[in-house]
Amino acid sequence: MTVTVAIPAVSTRAMTVLSALLEARTGQQLASYRSWRLDMALKPLLREREIDTLDQLVALLLDGRDATIGDRIVEALVNGESSFFRDQPVFGLIGKALVARAEASGQHGQRLRIWCAGCATGQEPLSLAMLFADLAESSGIAMPEIVATDVSEGALARARSGRYTQFEIQRGLPIRTAMRWFNGDRGDWVAKPELVRMIQFRRQNLVSEAPPPGRFDAVLCRNVLLYLAPAIKARVFLSVADALAPGGVLVLGAGETVIGQTGLFEPSRAYRGLYQRVAAGMTRNAA
Amino acid sequence: MKTCLVVDDSKVIRKVARHILETLDFEVREACDGREALDSCLAAAPDVILLDWNMPVMSGMDFLLALKESEVASKPKVVFCTTESGMAYIRAAIEAGADEYVMKPFDRDTLESKLQIVGMA
Ligand SMILES: C[S@@+](CC[C@H](N)C(=O)[O-])C[C@H]1O[C@@H](n2cnc3c(N)ncnc32)[C@H](O)[C@@H]1O
Ligand SMILES: [Mg+2]
Repeated sequence: MTVTVAIPAVSTRAMTVLSALLEARTGQQLASYRSWRLDMALKPLLREREIDTLDQLVALLLDGRDATIGDRIVEALVNGESSFFRDQPVFGLIGKALVARAEASGQHGQRLRIWCAGCATGQEPLSLAMLFADLAESSGIAMPEIVATDVSEGALARARSGRYTQFEIQRGLPIRTAMRWFNGDRGDWVAKPELVRMIQFRRQNLVSEAPPPGRFDAVLCRNVLLYLAPAIKARVFLSVADALAPGGVLVLGAGETVIGQTGLFEPSRAYRGLYQRVAAGMTRNAA
Repeated sequence: MKTCLVVDDSKVIRKVARHILETLDFEVREACDGREALDSCLAAAPDVILLDWNMPVMSGMDFLLALKESEVASKPKVVFCTTESGMAYIRAAIEAGADEYVMKPFDRDTLESKLQIVGMA
């Protein structure tokens, strides 16, 4: 006997419109999603707007009267997964590289600058803030300036609130660190204001907008470039390279590399796992 | 291979924990309460202990205090694993010498990350 399972049909038209919207707004390609994933991701939004199908959602989008629907769809479709101290060893490396940089500059009091591009719900910049609060104490370097950006207003709003579930808080965060920097609140954990204040959150689209002003000593762009088309990825690498101060480091996700993606960066010799700009004049050879 | 002693009065929790720990390459032993756990530690100290709080006979907290006083040679790492999630409980556990703290329910990623934090995975 064969059992047929009803898989909600996602029309090709809906798929096309929704993936075009996502790609236009973020550069992210939907090709890797299967239609059931699309359906699941958008289900809460359908429920909220009291509609049943993706075709109705598309109609709502094209109708143009609901000003926020486009943003909401994009936010539901991007992969926003994150966790505290994700790929833990890399945080040790970032700390080492930046302390060495502060010491080499001979200006201990000067604040380094870190850009966290694609910060999602804030676990990454908060991890940096906690890390550098410790390093400031132990090594005497000044607390760096941390600028965290994302294209998703929804993710940024959560990041600014500093509120995490018990489930989120215990993925990657040592209990003593959680106790030091978070308060318990009705089963959730809320980052203390002094921690959140160490970070400037801003909305920025990596693909279509200029980086935050000024040069950065480190740029983290982790698990963001994965689904970008190669040409768009190359453009993002270019703008990240421009935002990096001479001798600054680029940090990618654990499964990501610059090799074969761009000629602008190469693996750092001093800090394995981090990347640095290829010396000027070498770019063409490396590309 | 590292050894983990799972101490919990719930058979289901012990089974779930065992399953996760085995996929993380641990040799797993079980105890249903603090008393059994202490005996198990005196017989052979595990590398790490996953410890429930509320148990009959001897609670996790009493076990932890007894372990400190005991002759158990190499002190195992202790990860509390309990439904108690209040700050006061967590603070008490840390003061009593727990190395880490997991709030139930937990999944594989959580447990793995906590074991990494105590240097065991
Ligand atoms: C998987 S999360 C990664 C979060 C964090 N960096 C980490 O590694 O844990 C990817 C984030 O990139 C953001 N993102 C995707 N495309 C973007 C774009 N074009 N500009 C800015 N942010 C973007 C998404 O909104 C999402 O929050
Ligand atoms: Mg119990």
